Amino acid sequence: MIRISGDALALACGADEVAAEFKRLGHAVQRVSSWGLHWLEPLVDMDGEGFGPVTVGDVAGILGGDKALSIGQIEQHPFVARQTRLTFARAGKTRPLSLEDYAATGGWRGLERARQLGPEATIAEVTASGLRGRGGAGFPAGIKWQTVAGAPGAEKYVVCNADEGDSGTFADRMLMEGDPFQLIEGMAIAAHAIGAKRGFIYLRSEYPQAIQTMRAAIELSREIVAPLTLEVRVGAGAYVCGEETSLLNSIEGKRGEVRAKPPLPALSGLFGQPTIVNNVLTLAAVPHILADGAQKYAELGLGRSRGTMPIQLAGNIKHGGLFEAGFGMTLQELIYDIGGGTASGRPVKAVQVGGPLGAYIPPEQFHLPFDYEAYSGADALIGHGGMVVFDDTADMARQARFAMHFCAQESCGKCTPCRIGAVRGREIMDRIIAGTGRPADRVETLPQMHNARAQDRTPVDDIALLTDLCETMKYGSLCALGGFTPYPVMSALRHWPQDFGLQEVVG
Amino acid sequence: MPNPVDAETYDLAACVAELTQLHGTSRDALLPLLHDLQAQRGFIDEDSIRALARALNLSRAEVYGVVSFYHDFRTVPEPRLVVKLCRAEACQARGSEALAESFRDERVALETVYCLGLCAVGPNALVGERVYARLDAEKLAKLAEGAL
Repeated sequence: MIRISGDALALACGADEVAAEFKRLGHAVQRVSSWGLHWLEPLVDMDGEGFGPVTVGDVAGILGGDKALSIGQIEQHPFVARQTRLTFARAGKTRPLSLEDYAATGGWRGLERARQLGPEATIAEVTASGLRGRGGAGFPAGIKWQTVAGAPGAEKYVVCNADEGDSGTFADRMLMEGDPFQLIEGMAIAAHAIGAKRGFIYLRSEYPQAIQTMRAAIELSREIVAPLTLEVRVGAGAYVCGEETSLLNSIEGKRGEVRAKPPLPALSGLFGQPTIVNNVLTLAAVPHILADGAQKYAELGLGRSRGTMPIQLAGNIKHGGLFEAGFGMTLQELIYDIGGGTASGRPVKAVQVGGPLGAYIPPEQFHLPFDYEAYSGADALIGHGGMVVFDDTADMARQARFAMHFCAQESCGKCTPCRIGAVRGREIMDRIIAGTGRPADRVETLPQMHNARAQDRTPVDDIALLTDLCETMKYGSLCALGGFTPYPVMSALRHWPQDFGLQEVVG
Repeated sequence: MPNPVDAETYDLAACVAELTQLHGTSRDALLPLLHDLQAQRGFIDEDSIRALARALNLSRAEVYGVVSFYHDFRTVPEPRLVVKLCRAEACQARGSEALAESFRDERVALETVYCLGLCAVGPNALVGERVYARLDAEKLAKLAEGAL
C-alpha cells in the first residue's frame, strides 16, 4: 500500500504531482493525513517504509528498489518513536474523510461513553483529566465547561477557536485537515455536556484546505452528532480574531473588536448566551479522555500541566514538524536532539516560543522544561506550542521592531495602549535601530509645556522610553495582543542588548 | 464559494438576493455574504455595501466598518495576479524578507500575509486557494509568471 499525505503542506511541496506519477506507473495511492515529518514532505509511505522528500523524478527509482531516499520504517524513525501520540494518534495512517477509518481506529468511543455517563459525569471526567486550554491561556477546560453548564441561558453554544494565527503553529491545521472527525467528536461531547444544540468552528481564511475538509466532514457526520449542528465560519485575515471575545464578535458579523471581560464568554458569550470557547487541540483531546478515562490522560505530563502537547518545530530548523509529547521536555532536547539544530547549519541564536506574542529565548535558557508554570516563571509563555528557531544572522532589534509592527498592523483599535502604543513602539524601535536619538521638537520646547522634556533624547533614553511603554502596554491593554507584545520586545532587549546598540544587560 | 462573475454582466441586486437566500439576512450573515460577494467580483465597492446594508437592515457605516476592519476585503479591484507572501516570524527565519525585497515584477501584486501554517518549509505563499512552499527567488519568479 502506498500512502501519501494530502494535507496543505504536502501539497505545497508537490505531493499531488508525486501521487499522480505513482498512479501513472500503475500503482494505487491512498491519500492520508500527514505524519508531521515536514522536512521529508512529500513523504511516501510504502508498506510502512518512508521515502522523502520525493520528487516526480524519484518515483520510478523508488518503485525499482532504490533506497537512497529511504528513512526506514516510519514508526521507528526517532522523530516518531520518541513521541507520545494521543491527539495525533491517527496522523499519517488514516484517510481524513473516511468514517470507516475513523471508527476502525477508536473513533466515536468517547462520544458514546459521554452519552452513557450523562452531562455531569462527562464534565467531571474532563476536570479530573487536568486538561487545560491549549490555545495559550491554559485555563482548566473542565471548570470552563462547568461554568457554562451552570449558567442560565435560553440557548448555549460550543465555539471552536480554529483561528490559528500564530506564526510557527500548525497543529490545528494538521488536525482539521488530517483528522477532522476527532474535532467534531470533541465538540459533540462538549455540546452534550452543556446541552448545546449549535456549534461553530471559526476558521481562518488562510487555511482554504482546512475549511474544505471541515465542511465535508461536518456533512458526513451530521447524523452521528445530532442533535448538534455544526457550522464553519471563515475569518477574514484578522489576527486579533483568535482572541475569544473578538472571535465571537466576528461570528456575530461585527468588527473583530475585543470585548471587555467580565462578563466571561462562559456566562455571556455568543449572541449573549453562555458559550464554551475552546481551541482545536483542547476539543480534540476530549475524545481520548472520555474513551480511555481521565486517569490515563492525567498520568502524562508534569506538575499542573497534564497530558500531551503537540509541539510545533518551525522556522530555521533542520527537522521541523509536529512533535506530540507529554509536558516537561526541555528546549535543548526539542531543538537539538529532535530538531537537529538549524536548517542553515549555523548556530542557534534564539527560539521564539508561543507565536508572535511569545518571548525570544536564548540558548542559556534551553534547560527550561516545557510547562505552563516554568515558562511564566521565566517571563515567557508556551502559547499554542509553536517554536520558531532563528540562527545567528537574526538581528534581535529588528525582531523587536517587527513585534511592534505586527501589533500595530493587527490591533483591533479598541484600547489605547495597544492601538497607539504599538505605533509609538515601532517608531522608537526605528530610532534605536538607526541609533539617532531624537531632538526635542517644537511643542516640547514651548514655554508653557512645563512637564514635557525639553532636552534631546539619546538612544539610551529611547530604550528607557521603550521599557516604560512596554510596562504600559503589558498592564493597560484589554487583551493579549497589546498585553503580550512586550514579551518578544523585552526578551530581545534583555538577552541581546548588543543588538540594540547597548554594551550590557538592561534590568 | 461562488465562482467569479464576468464584470460586464454582473447584476449586483440579483447576486445579493441569491446570496441572502443562502445565508439569511441576520446580522451574523454579514461575513459569509462579504466573502461570497468578493469571491464573485473580486472586491466590495460602495454599491455592494449599500446593497448589503439594505438587505440586512444595517446602516452603510456598519457594513463599511466591517469591510474596513478585515484585511481580506478590498474595496478596489486588483487586476494583477495576487501573490500573498508570508512574512511572519517563521518565514522570516527562513529568508522571506530578502525574498520580498528582491522581488521586482510589476505584473504581480505581492501582498503580505501573516502565517499560512506551513512554518517548517517556508518561505510560503498563497495564490488563490493554492499554497506554495520552499520558495526562493527563482521559484517565486516562476510563480509570478504562472508557470508553477
